[in-house]
Amino acid sequence: METKEKTSSTFVDEICSIPGGEKIRLCIQCGTCSGSCPNANKMEYAPRQLFAMARAGMRDEVLSSNSMWYCASCYLCTVRCPRDIKPTDLMHVLECLASRHGLSTKKNKTPAMYQTFSNLVYGTGGMPEMGFMMRFYLKTNPFSALSMIPTAFGMLRHGRLSLKSRKLKPEAQRQLKAILDKAKELGGS
Amino acid sequence: MKYYTYYPGCSCEDGTATAYSMSAIAVSKALDIELIELEDWNCCGSSPYNSIDELGSLCLGARNLSLAEKKGLDVVTPCSSCYIMLDRVNHHLKESPKVKAKVNEALSAGGLEYKGTVKTRHMLDIFVNDVGYDAIKSKVKKSLSELKVAPYYGCQVVRPGPSFDNPENPQTMERLIESLGAKATPFPLKARCCGGSLVIPEESVALDLTYKLLENAVSNGAECIITVCPLCQVNLDIYQGKVNRKFKSNFKIPVLFFTQLMGIAFGIDNKTLGLGKCVVSPDKVLAKSSAVEKGG
Repeated sequence: METKEKTSSTFVDEICSIPGGEKIRLCIQCGTCSGSCPNANKMEYAPRQLFAMARAGMRDEVLSSNSMWYCASCYLCTVRCPRDIKPTDLMHVLECLASRHGLSTKKNKTPAMYQTFSNLVYGTGGMPEMGFMMRFYLKTNPFSALSMIPTAFGMLRHGRLSLKSRKLKPEAQRQLKAILDKAKELGGS
Repeated sequence: MKYYTYYPGCSCEDGTATAYSMSAIAVSKALDIELIELEDWNCCGSSPYNSIDELGSLCLGARNLSLAEKKGLDVVTPCSSCYIMLDRVNHHLKESPKVKAKVNEALSAGGLEYKGTVKTRHMLDIFVNDVGYDAIKSKVKKSLSELKVAPYYGCQVVRPGPSFDNPENPQTMERLIESLGAKATPFPLKARCCGGSLVIPEESVALDLTYKLLENAVSNGAECIITVCPLCQVNLDIYQGKVNRKFKSNFKIPVLFFTQLMGIAFGIDNKTLGLGKCVVSPDKVLAKSSAVEKGG
């Protein structure tokens, strides 16, 4: 029992140490978040349940679930939460912890997409959309790109696909990299 | 003349939403607004970056804002995601001095400091609140009186806020549409989610949400939808064909950036507004706009 309590406080502390996570202790389990979420029906655990599990110290179950990866950051739960716990931010914190500890679910392609996106932003300071899509499809399922052909054709026809992308000046890119590396070194809190 | 620091964001700069930036710049010019692009701006990181590295994501925004602080002008962006990513830096760092200290420690590695002295604004906000509906109305050259427009806000321009409009039942665009001489249709789902970037890894999830939006707009009589977000426009316009295939529906509703509709009403030419970049043809909208040329 003692061990269990210790585990649960550690996981909550870990959540609280990342900006946006500190309010989880205020949750009253009213379920407004789950009722407002457009994607709750796709999640293994809807937001209210996920937060209860997190507070109960169910670290691995929470961090390896697909739930937070279905959050589309619509913030409807956040504006409705009567305790102002900012559930959307909490979902991002759980995603960060899952990524950091290599527990992100493989059942859903969102973690791979976010990682590919973030690596490009880190590496270039920009978001070359075409390069990003190609990298994502190569990393996950190249064959699924086939279903995108008609869509891509429509985009190409209307000048919506661009191969060139804006580059930061080398000194600006070096500066950004130094900042992001320092942020990594400082960790979450 | 009003001056702002302009942050176009990647989608508007050279991605799928270049027409948004083109029309935003043209409309700004017509409204005596000068947009001065932020030098050396970096990507806002959008929601993916803050799902991988929260502190790093705050630093991406804080770097942009600290560069903008040198000029001191409000930072304006047309993109809802860029807007929220920049705006939340101001909110979070004001709320938490501890996080602000960490962000500044990271920024100092690049010789920068975030002070929190510039405001972050969305394009829609500056048009209606700084310029105003009456001034907008006075620039209208073409009548859109027959056109029924569904105002789609999506999420991140009104939430989490505090923002310039109500988080669940915003009204700004309805008034804007009326100022342009068009008719705003009821659109109960106007501030609901389109699925955002989930359209890439979890396409069917986003198509379900997008279908509901299109259905809601069309069944309320809309002939076109206007949006304030590059990604919403992608989902509603570029993926409209996929929605039709999945749901055996037959939507063919043009989806314009709100700045494009303003530009049409102001009599700005189609090319400058990037109207050819709409995947669903906006000809229906243009036919109604060219019907009457307003005198005087």
